[in-house]
Amino acid sequence: MRTSTKLGAMFACATLALTACGSDSGSDKKGPGGFAVPDLKPLDKLGAGEGEVSVLAWPGYVEDGSNDPKVDWVSDFETESGCKVTVKTFGTSDEAVQLMRTGQYDVVSASGDATLRMIAAGDVEPINTDLVTNYKDIFDSLKDQKWNSVDGQMYGVPHGRGANLLMYNKQKVTPAPDSWSVVFDDASKYAGKITAYDSPIYIADAANYLMATKPELKIKDPYALDEKQLAAAVDLLKKQSQNVGEYWSDYLKEVQAFKNGSIVAGTTWQVIANVAQSEKAPVDSVLPKEGSTGWSDTWMLGAKSKHKTCGYKLIDHLVSPKTNAAIAEYFGEAPANRLACKETSDPNHCATYHAEDEDYFSQVRFWNTPIEDCLDGRTDVKCTNYAEWTKKWSEIRG
Amino acid sequence: MRQRRTPFGLLAAPMAWLVVAYLGALVAIFATAFFTTDPFTNKVVTTFTTENFSGLFTSTYLRIIGRTLLIAALVTILCMVIAVPFAYFMARVAPRRLRGVLVAAVLVPLWASYLVKAYAWRAMLQPEGVLDSVFGGTPGYGTVAVVLTLTYLWLPYMILPVYSGFERLPEAHLEASADLGGSTATTFRRIVLPSLTPAIVAGSVFTFSLSLGDYIAVQIVGGKLQVLGTAVRQNIVLDLPFAAALGTASVVIMVVYLTLAGRTGALDNL
Repeated sequence: MRTSTKLGAMFACATLALTACGSDSGSDKKGPGGFAVPDLKPLDKLGAGEGEVSVLAWPGYVEDGSNDPKVDWVSDFETESGCKVTVKTFGTSDEAVQLMRTGQYDVVSASGDATLRMIAAGDVEPINTDLVTNYKDIFDSLKDQKWNSVDGQMYGVPHGRGANLLMYNKQKVTPAPDSWSVVFDDASKYAGKITAYDSPIYIADAANYLMATKPELKIKDPYALDEKQLAAAVDLLKKQSQNVGEYWSDYLKEVQAFKNGSIVAGTTWQVIANVAQSEKAPVDSVLPKEGSTGWSDTWMLGAKSKHKTCGYKLIDHLVSPKTNAAIAEYFGEAPANRLACKETSDPNHCATYHAEDEDYFSQVRFWNTPIEDCLDGRTDVKCTNYAEWTKKWSEIRG
Repeated sequence: MRQRRTPFGLLAAPMAWLVVAYLGALVAIFATAFFTTDPFTNKVVTTFTTENFSGLFTSTYLRIIGRTLLIAALVTILCMVIAVPFAYFMARVAPRRLRGVLVAAVLVPLWASYLVKAYAWRAMLQPEGVLDSVFGGTPGYGTVAVVLTLTYLWLPYMILPVYSGFERLPEAHLEASADLGGSTATTFRRIVLPSLTPAIVAGSVFTFSLSLGDYIAVQIVGGKLQVLGTAVRQNIVLDLPFAAALGTASVVIMVVYLTLAGRTGALDNL
């Protein structure tokens, strides 16, 4: 009897706890797609540094010398600001959203498929851009975009952008591929040696390929898929799955698989190709002719953070010309700070990565969260949302 | 004579731990399985639904559950096939001094990190890895690799109970069987096996349950293989209630397995 009362109490507690974090309070603003935005205020002014700050970042964004002693843009900041930095990396936007929800992290590098989810859930707060001295030098084309602002209020500071690439083994995949067909329609040539990104957002990569190869599907935006278009992308991925050796979300695992030869072709980030090459893997990377999905990342501040001053200082440091240039070169992406282009060790870096080339980036489909209101502006159909993508992804992986 | 009293004070701490941390977590998982998520933010929404449980009975997840059971069964059988003769050798054939060395040899791998051992298998199974160069081929990453790796990882948990089972078996019983004209095969079938069954079943509880829940070794050597553990891992990020339903499924499977094992009397000796 005693036990059952205790269990009852426990059940109630568990339920209460979940209710508490499941309900939003005071939502008076609406974001794109009509989601409610919790009413949070940005910081007025910076206080004294809190002595520490914890960052949730894509691998390669916040290097403190522990991976490579020569790659370190954190130690100087720690001495100057007195804020000790701890870094936790994540492999997918979904992981980032989940980890940020714990409230344990002060700063996060969020891609476009994570930003709005975090804003809507009240996990991140608006940014007072006056407190970020380097904000004025950020490219205007990255400010006030639909993935980093709501009603003209910025929720973060743009960091950089780039495209997902095709990596291949130079010895095994000949001739050198210039199309995603090597991992889709022609994947059977390399059966069991193909890799793909392990997240539902990868469905957009299939949709992007179908935009070029199956125009009759009329896909205009790989993140705005109606039932029929989603089904076509899922079909393509199910066929691909038969030839996949491993899916990756941990970038070190992909490096290792290419190094030992168990994988010969698949989607990648420039930084992974760079690391693999530095470890003597015979690989190269290419932006295929169909264009690609990509990312435009934003530094955001946790709403529950207790280290907001250090958070602002760190964000300001990460988008400062020198550091932004160092990260952009290490990760292989276009920096967000226009002055960073003068600080790169390779003077052509910004040209190579098209930092100021808006036409180029119009061909890169930045990660975005699919919602029911079609992002491509169609009103005659309902689009599939990310929850449906998630279910389909389980089917593909099953 | 003084009446013996249950020392409630001493038991309070461990009991509280058991109820709060252990049963509490299970109850929370079970409760969460009836909730749903916000399709946009993936946050848990406390609306009652049984959809997560009906989702388990779709072909995708039935296949995943079936595949996981098959792997757990194969690992358990392989462990048995290796452990019985090995434990027999240790307990009955090997001289006393060698026995200690053998027990140590079985135990030593347990001191090494699970991850190190799993990554060692990843390296051995890769193209041009050890298996490839010694045997001229490798099964690659997949089901076979997972069964091999898990068998290696859980083998000590089968050998130890079977070994102590052999040790407990009185020599006199074997001699009596021989005196009464029983052949080696008959002795094994009618004397050794019945008294060893509880030990084997006890070992199988470890190998089966550990294989059923494993997801790390599967991620390391399983290639694209999806099992219950990896499915939970994937859904925990995006659909916590469904992950909870999957977790409940593996708890149910283990309860059934333990009930069956309990009937053989194997759990009385643990």
